[in-house]
Amino acid sequence: MSGVRVLVGTKKGAFILSADGKRKDWTVSGPFFSGWEIYHLKGSPVDPNRIYASQSSGWFGQIVQRSDDGGKTWLQPGAPIGEKPAEWPPKASNKFLYDVSDASGKALTTHQWYDGTQHPWEFKRVWHFEPSLSDPNTVYAGVEDAALFKSTDGGESWHELSGLRGHGTGPNWQPGAGGMCLHTILIDPTNEERMYIAISAAGAFRTDDGCKTWKPINKGLVSPFMPDPQGEVGHCVHHVAMHRTRPDVLFMQKHWDVMRSDNAGESWHEVSGNLPTDFGFVIDVHAHEPETIYVLPIKSDSEHFVPEGKLRVYRSRTGGNEWEALEKGLPQKDCYVNVLRDAMAVDSLDQCGIYFGTSGGQVYASSDAGDSWMPIVRDLPAVLSIEVQTLA
Amino acid sequence: MSAEGKQQSKLIRAVLPFHLRTLAGVGSEVELEVEAPITIGRILDALEARYPMLRGTIREYETGRRRAFLRFFACGEDWSNEALDCELPEAVAQGVEPLLVIGAIAGG
Repeated sequence: MSGVRVLVGTKKGAFILSADGKRKDWTVSGPFFSGWEIYHLKGSPVDPNRIYASQSSGWFGQIVQRSDDGGKTWLQPGAPIGEKPAEWPPKASNKFLYDVSDASGKALTTHQWYDGTQHPWEFKRVWHFEPSLSDPNTVYAGVEDAALFKSTDGGESWHELSGLRGHGTGPNWQPGAGGMCLHTILIDPTNEERMYIAISAAGAFRTDDGCKTWKPINKGLVSPFMPDPQGEVGHCVHHVAMHRTRPDVLFMQKHWDVMRSDNAGESWHEVSGNLPTDFGFVIDVHAHEPETIYVLPIKSDSEHFVPEGKLRVYRSRTGGNEWEALEKGLPQKDCYVNVLRDAMAVDSLDQCGIYFGTSGGQVYASSDAGDSWMPIVRDLPAVLSIEVQTLA
Repeated sequence: MSAEGKQQSKLIRAVLPFHLRTLAGVGSEVELEVEAPITIGRILDALEARYPMLRGTIREYETGRRRAFLRFFACGEDWSNEALDCELPEAVAQGVEPLLVIGAIAGG
């Protein structure tokens, strides 16, 4: 029987929420890696039992965890407990070194610091894992300070895809309030050579040659806080989503503004329409309806909670501009939670399920495309990310 | 390790913070065979060789520096800002006292 597995990253550990295809009765397992910040977990679309998790802390730095059995057990790739490494020094799954090779050279760039000076790149953590669409051992990592890394050995070792940092605009990237993070990685399902990434605060970028070269794709974005509001880079893009059947159509939740591109990011236009506020973090697309999209408006960049004390998802069935509030089953008074950029996901069951997690530790699910909602759990640590696996 | 080196190696005690114990799958204290002279750097080398999952968690890969929110204590003294090749007290070298790796009291 079909089912779903919701992978939840929180500020104090990871949780896995499981249900059959009816999505009524849920089993909660975890916490895994208790006490650590789990920025993201994501399963391989080729092998759903293969899951990658980003575990980090201000004390001990970055750890990469991998499960090969759907989240029942975990190991640090290359250095599992009780096993001697095959070689010394062993591969290091938590070693993310920026490329400073003479060959690429370009990676020796600096980025803009808060005071306007230039600052060298310093690795902080992995924000997002994006497993390959065709190989469970290949996975991309979006990191802070913003860069893209790749592993082809199941997370045992990593190398930077330095063409991104080195393409030339790096000195104009700058950290947002959450740090200078590469948080979104989208792989074109029809052409794995084409990928999109997004960085706060630099903007969106696209490669058409398997990450060798990149170009900024921010035309049409307007960010009043920038010296040049329509600059090539510097935009605080919060999240980007696509539908797998229409990879040239992109939807973006920017710091302010909900945006849409119909030409693979070559240009964008605003589709905020009748939203009560167009500040927010998450954006996602219905699994079967490419023009049905979801956002969760947040009051403002100064007040990171939902407006009017009401938790409402907004759905557009027209690819933007016309939005309807979805509130059945969600708290409509005295609610002041936030929902972070990677904390919404959809399943691909016939009746599309939508999921999101809040700063208050609630994970809400809708099994009817957003018409009604129920909490799966109410009292987890603050949720950092949500991913969903649809299981056969 | 050479035969001569083996003769000089000592059994050293080290105490790890909770999260590193969990990562390594060990109890609160580990015993490590370390070649003299006994320094924090050599203890960390031995610790990482035996528990490679701890690499990068105490010392940064890129710089080899102690992570900012970790401290080293031994015999009631703070050794955090001493050079990694500075010799530790004889009580540590003899296994009487452990090297303490301590997480700063910070965060929420």
